[in-house]
Amino acid sequence: MLWKIDRRRFLQGAAATTALVTASGIRAAQAAEPLKVGFVYVGPIGDYGWTHGHDLGRKAVEKKFGDKVKTTYVESVAEGPDAERVIRQLAQQGHGLIFTTSFGYMEQTLRVAKQFPKVMFEHATGYKTAPNMSAYNSRFYEGRAILGHIGGKLTKTGKIGYVASVPIPEVVMGINATAIAARRVRPDAEVRVVWVNSWFDPAKESDAAKALIDQGVDIMTQHTDSPAPLQVAEARGILGFGQASDMKQYAPKAQLSAILDIWAPHYIARVQAVLDGTWKTQSTWEGFKEGALVMAPWGDAVPAELRKEADAMVADTISGKFHAFTGPIKNQKGEVVVKAGERMSDGDLLKMDWYVEGVKA
Amino acid sequence: MTADLLVPMFVTVIGAATPLLFAALGELVTERSGVLNLGVEGMMLAGAVTGFGTVVATGSHTLGMVAAAVAGAGMALLFAVLTLSLLANQVATGLALTIFGIGLSALIGARYVGTPIPAMPKLDLPGFTDLPVLGPILFGQDALVYLSLAATAGVAWFLSRSRAGRILRACGESDISAHSIGYHVIRIRYLAVLFGGALSGLGGACLSLSVTPMWIEGMTAGRGWIALALVAFASWRPGRLLAGAYLFGGVTIIQLYLQGSGLVQIPAQVMNMLPYLATIALLTVIAGGAWRGRLDAPACLGKPFSPPS
Repeated sequence: MLWKIDRRRFLQGAAATTALVTASGIRAAQAAEPLKVGFVYVGPIGDYGWTHGHDLGRKAVEKKFGDKVKTTYVESVAEGPDAERVIRQLAQQGHGLIFTTSFGYMEQTLRVAKQFPKVMFEHATGYKTAPNMSAYNSRFYEGRAILGHIGGKLTKTGKIGYVASVPIPEVVMGINATAIAARRVRPDAEVRVVWVNSWFDPAKESDAAKALIDQGVDIMTQHTDSPAPLQVAEARGILGFGQASDMKQYAPKAQLSAILDIWAPHYIARVQAVLDGTWKTQSTWEGFKEGALVMAPWGDAVPAELRKEADAMVADTISGKFHAFTGPIKNQKGEVVVKAGERMSDGDLLKMDWYVEGVKA
Repeated sequence: MTADLLVPMFVTVIGAATPLLFAALGELVTERSGVLNLGVEGMMLAGAVTGFGTVVATGSHTLGMVAAAVAGAGMALLFAVLTLSLLANQVATGLALTIFGIGLSALIGARYVGTPIPAMPKLDLPGFTDLPVLGPILFGQDALVYLSLAATAGVAWFLSRSRAGRILRACGESDISAHSIGYHVIRIRYLAVLFGGALSGLGGACLSLSVTPMWIEGMTAGRGWIALALVAFASWRPGRLLAGAYLFGGVTIIQLYLQGSGLVQIPAQVMNMLPYLATIALLTVIAGGAWRGRLDAPACLGKPFSPPS
């Protein structure tokens, strides 16, 4: 079953529902009642990127559990105080498990989690947890290294463009992983970064892509949520990568590949845990190995040999033989930060706030 | 930076400024008649999705533009009936119109997500478009850009020179006086609101047909609100509005190019603030300078009017 609710209607209805639930004293999880699972999205489900990916995960939960669950989603929820209201209302409406799917919901999720100790919360891409709040994330940097490798091999100008959203460790890590991998195969490669300070603003993302291409970039990659930068790449006749979803429709010639976010296994596992009563707080960071990331089918512009190299990189990542942040890694000033052969720890990665050599931002 | 870079940069600026110019120009006419319509964002989205859908169905960008204008005007008609005939509060109704537009466009557009269309064709005059520097800027744009500039000139002429424009302004300044000398205030305001809606719809079409030829929910990303602010900052004058829209678009784009050059060591957050700061600063200087004219909002802005019986 699906309750399709947009945010405004949700807010209006929420007050009435809350009153009703409180007045009749209904408890959330009676034995025969389906488990209500809530999802809070930062963009519209039709963004064709990040939120779209999470919504595929939600649909997989619906399909897997049928009548045993009831899912609700609230889309386009701004990060900040607005989010707290939405999360609290989901909790008040008797949702037993709530996924909040953007970094900027972390503090809000934590606050609501403290107020509703019997509701389980799962926050994506953050680092704070509580007895009833887990953190989950994907090792996007593993995929970024593949993009950097392919980009480094295919760039003619040596300039890779990066349309970036907001400066948080997650995004900085992706930029750095791209640059390190690109410079391994093309030592003079640089990654040109333009920040648009938004996760979703198609016109501005497209303007940023134009700004990069006009300055000699011939490989486009992005960490914003719409297909706009890739569409510009297609129109200008350069190559690029999709983001979070396969964006081939928008760039049949230009798309080399895309990192696909596969949230379904995590969502299904956590819903199962709540149903079984085995849910415990945890902090997970999954990647290629767990199937949380998959590379989209290679585009026509990726030569056969390069496909083999990229496939091997994925395989080596899974086996643990390859790690994207293996030293020597230098910062922008050229100082060695990670010694040769050393690997950066997860802790250091998660608070990364410096650029590696080759990043121009 | 060389001309090689400045020319494509200016072309990108035009793309960023045109949607704002359309939407703000429409709102300016609406407000000069005394009506405050905060539903610009919703009308833009309605125009964006309808224009897009029409191009998908017919393949004609001209029909897409027409459909976008009609859709924007249709949304505006809803607003006009509620506020002008039924005397609902304009602020609340305008906000509701935006929310309605966001939801309705998402519903209509669900089937178009993932469908690309060809971008609007650019004007290409052999011999002219190939001219260095000015060629691509003056003769290499699409129809919407020329239309937006023509509309600005037309509105400027209409408001300051034409009799009908003066009557419209009279309705905005003193509805009761306009009524008492025999003008049909409500009818005139209806027309102004519909015109505003049509231009907002075209502003949305700029995004979905030209800048990013695709449909994605909420793709206007707040430009309707920027347009509303520009109207006030331009002190309700079309010439200043043109300057404001191009300045805002210009600084937005220039900072993206500066970031992309990799040469400037200014934090990206500061860069992203620049368009807002520059627009506020320039329009404040204009407003306080020697060109100072009447800066007040139309006296009857936002006030409901019902003809005394």
